[in-house]
Amino acid sequence: MSKIIQITEMNKWFGDFQVLKNINLEVEKNKKIVVCGPSGSGKSTLIRCINRLEEHQQGSIIVDGNELTEDTKDIEKIRAEVGMVFQQFNLFPHLSILDNCTLAPIWVKKMPKKEAEDLALQHLEKVQIADQASKYPGQLSGGQQQRCAIARALCMEPKIMLFDEPTSALDPEMIKEVLDAMVNLAKAGMTMIVVTHEMGFAKEVADEVIFMDEGMIVERAETKEFFANPKSDRTKLFLSQIL
Amino acid sequence: MSKLNFLQPDKNNLNTYLYTGVILVAFSIFIVFLNSFFNKDIVSFLPGPISFFLPLILGFIGLHLIRIDYSGLKFLDKVNKNINTNNFNAFLSLLIVFVVIKSLPPLLSWFIIDANIAGDSKDVCTGSGACWTYIKIWFNRFMYGMYPNPEQWRINLSFIALAFLGCVGFFATEKFKKYLTLYYVVVYPIIAFFFIFFFISGGPIFFDFSYGIIAAVISIILGFFIPSKFKMYYFIIVPITLYILLKYVFFYEELIELGKLEALEWVETGAWGGLSLTFIVSFFCLIFCFPIGLFLSLGRRSDFPIIKYISIGMIEFWRGVPLITVLFMSSVMFPMFLPEDMFIDKLVRVIIAISLFEAAYVAEVIRGGLQALPRGQYDAAKSLGMGYWKMHILVILPQALKLVIPGIANTFLALVKDTPLIFVVGLLEIVGMLNLAKTNPEWLGFAMEGYVFASVLFFIICYAMSKYSYNLEQKYKTER
Repeated sequence: MSKIIQITEMNKWFGDFQVLKNINLEVEKNKKIVVCGPSGSGKSTLIRCINRLEEHQQGSIIVDGNELTEDTKDIEKIRAEVGMVFQQFNLFPHLSILDNCTLAPIWVKKMPKKEAEDLALQHLEKVQIADQASKYPGQLSGGQQQRCAIARALCMEPKIMLFDEPTSALDPEMIKEVLDAMVNLAKAGMTMIVVTHEMGFAKEVADEVIFMDEGMIVERAETKEFFANPKSDRTKLFLSQIL
Repeated sequence: MSKLNFLQPDKNNLNTYLYTGVILVAFSIFIVFLNSFFNKDIVSFLPGPISFFLPLILGFIGLHLIRIDYSGLKFLDKVNKNINTNNFNAFLSLLIVFVVIKSLPPLLSWFIIDANIAGDSKDVCTGSGACWTYIKIWFNRFMYGMYPNPEQWRINLSFIALAFLGCVGFFATEKFKKYLTLYYVVVYPIIAFFFIFFFISGGPIFFDFSYGIIAAVISIILGFFIPSKFKMYYFIIVPITLYILLKYVFFYEELIELGKLEALEWVETGAWGGLSLTFIVSFFCLIFCFPIGLFLSLGRRSDFPIIKYISIGMIEFWRGVPLITVLFMSSVMFPMFLPEDMFIDKLVRVIIAISLFEAAYVAEVIRGGLQALPRGQYDAAKSLGMGYWKMHILVILPQALKLVIPGIANTFLALVKDTPLIFVVGLLEIVGMLNLAKTNPEWLGFAMEGYVFASVLFFIICYAMSKYSYNLEQKYKTER
């Protein structure tokens, strides 16, 4: 299988503080990877590096055959292929739900408006908020907003989806509706990297689980293996606390 | 019937308290009213201080008596809630009512009753009131400055035309809405510029440009009805054809030479003035300072050090110097640096100076809005593959500008009220004309009327702007 993301020997510092240490990570197409770990371990920074919302200082990141460098033109192209969902939803509050979804397809991919709207409605239907399309983000609940954010990312028809703690800012009863949308997406065969604390989700859909601590990848294993026989002591401790 | 306790009015004896209270309040207001409008003091038999404070005391007691919670009377509850919540508020309410009643008669008599408006010389102004005759006689000057009377239709026509062209947005069909921004940001200012500087200014240069304006205006208006498929060709062919037609067929220049048509007389900008000049200066400064300020604010946040430091330098320089010196420099120092044969009109220099000056303020206001946006908005826009300009135009600026509408309105109002300062370079807009008129030997002593008149005009302009900004705020409100 082809490697869609290849990270080799990657290091990143915030000032003097090294957040990511010697990261090596390969992700194959259509795999679902869950990244977990204690807060401050660099999980979010890692996936933000994958579409260069953060710059790495050493090593290389190759996404879908393109290396991430200073060249901004390439970066915009890669970002258009890598969808991202944020913890705080980050919908555009001045635009309706439909416009949120059609904005990037129309202006970045130069899609005709009609086509973009059809596509957006299709994706909104998938996450079950097509009936809210004309409302503004401020009028929706957190769960609905996050599902809209997923639909917005999907409208760019990305090859990879990154989820940065998509359920952490939600009320418990809203988590399920977002996770359901993500499970459906996973079943449709999307390549996904998910930073989350939802171990139930990890058990259900993930092919592999990565455990990070202090900026390093401590353990990477098949999902069943990861939960059944964690190897390092740090992982065992983490799992005993979270499960 | 329960016992009356005047210190603690309650609901049981509602009517007793209510009637007593209302009578007391009404009586106190009546005393002040008589005193103020008819100069009669019906309580003068009391010693001085007591008669002075009596209305206040009576009214205060009255308000205390009617302060009954949940009385069941809608009007009473409303009054209590709004002006009579506690002793201090009751006292303030009374005081305000009394001051208003007290100050009405002198104001009314000065503005209307004792004022004069008939006649056409200062001799009619004998009363103690305002002399509106003065405003009437000088009205033309206050509006148009020294602009020659027979040519004033040009100013009127330009303003009316610009007002109409400004209304295009209301009539544009859904299909052409997306071109409106372009129209208002680029096309409209250019048309306005030509109107103001070549039509109002006139002179030999006028005709060539006027053909251009007419061609452009006609083609834009027609353009709204042309299918978008042909738009490209349309906007290349039609304006040029129109221009050539106008120049060589309709307004055949020989007609001018034969004396059948006259070229517009040239009126130098020094003769412009009055309220029309206020409008011209404010209008151009507003439309120029906004984009400049926008770019400065973006520049200040740029990652490129050169752009960043140039922007910071510009902003800090213009914010650091007083407007009056900027204007003085623009008129006195600036021409010294220009080549001998180069000449830039005084008014143009002033407009550039004020625009740059206000742009620095606008830039900082907009920067405030940019900083108020959460970083997530930038992240989200970037993650969708938008570049710098797309991100700013589609996502960041619409939100940031919406946030800073009050701040921008503030700056713009200040700008309008700063325009009188252009007197330092010899341009007399309305306040300048007032100052000139008040020193006219035939009309000495009417400065008050003039300033009141100007204040009213400025208030109308500024209040309209402020209302408009509030409407914009409401229009773009998308929160719950």
